Amino acid sequence: MNYPKILTAVAIMALVTYLPRVLPLAVFRKKIQNRFIKSFLAYVPFAVLAAMTLPEILYSTACLWSAIAGLATALVLSYFNRGLLTVALGSVGVVFITETILKLCGVPM
Amino acid sequence: MILNWRLQVLTISSIMDEASYQRSTHFTARCSVLNQPLQPLSFQKGLRDGIPICLGYLSVSFTFGMMATEGGLPVWIAVLISMTNLTSAGQFAGTALILSGGMYIEIAVTTFVINIRYMLMSLSLSQKVEDSMTMPQRLGLSFGITDEIFAVAMQQRGLINARYLTGLILTPYFGWAAGTFLGAAATGFLPLAVRSALGIAIYGMFIAIIVPPAAKSRPILFVVAIAAGLSCIFRYVPVLNTLSSGWVIIICAVIASGLAAWKFPVAEDDPEEVPA
Repeated sequence: MNYPKILTAVAIMALVTYLPRVLPLAVFRKKIQNRFIKSFLAYVPFAVLAAMTLPEILYSTACLWSAIAGLATALVLSYFNRGLLTVALGSVGVVFITETILKLCGVPM
Repeated sequence: MILNWRLQVLTISSIMDEASYQRSTHFTARCSVLNQPLQPLSFQKGLRDGIPICLGYLSVSFTFGMMATEGGLPVWIAVLISMTNLTSAGQFAGTALILSGGMYIEIAVTTFVINIRYMLMSLSLSQKVEDSMTMPQRLGLSFGITDEIFAVAMQQRGLINARYLTGLILTPYFGWAAGTFLGAAATGFLPLAVRSALGIAIYGMFIAIIVPPAAKSRPILFVVAIAAGLSCIFRYVPVLNTLSSGWVIIICAVIASGLAAWKFPVAEDDPEEVPA
């Protein structure tokens, strides 16, 4: 484990998380007027999470089939507004079951 | 509605809240019960108002702790990340990049892009705090601006003071750190087959955050579809797939959000109100 590198990365994360919080409250104290920038900022978080999830989720488990099963589970559960932890653990559970079944059937993973 | 949406938008990344529309509404309702208008905004009231947020954070940070140690980080680093970052999506993404050996600049830009929304909250909050708030207080308290703390603070009648805000931040901060520790420590006791299945947990959580609002708002659906589509292109098209994941996320997010901001600008009077 490369501790200096990890700790530097953590410090960087802490700094770039703190900056947008502290600047307006302590320094700028001004409103953003530009409508395009306001709209852009409102959409950014959705875009970031979507880009991080697909297609990465398909490679997050032992094999593609269990990942697809987990993805479908997450989509259905979240569509019906289940909580965060429920959706996360629900997809984990389905991945676990799928992989167990595939193993029992002798499918290579 | 406006507050609900604000909670929701601001939550998106902030896995800290449960992020679904319903949860946000429910959450707001629970908090407003605590907000008796005539009660003075004391430190103790802040601590008390922070309890519902603290409980919500416990489960989310528990999952973060599991994810971090599952990826190979020691427990104390997971807790350190939570205690120095106090954010959800930003620290999830940053931690994922640390685990995959990302460059510093990728980690910095990705985390910053995700957390840039705090500028909106910090801006609003700067209009809401007492003018007498000192610079050291501003420097310290701005660390604790999260989606939920911001939402509860903005619900108070009139201007808010440093004592109240300190209390309101402390209880959730404790929950965020404690949940991370418990989740990180628990992972070691899980059998290997379960731990392999845990890899999908973080993505399941992201889906739980983006799907409910995308199902209700066409612009959000548009953003999500464009960003996900671009991300797939960068993964599967030769040459493009040599770019590292941090940059891909940034490029996809900027293009998708830019297009959406151009096609579906938010209402002039309320920056967080996205057209349905």
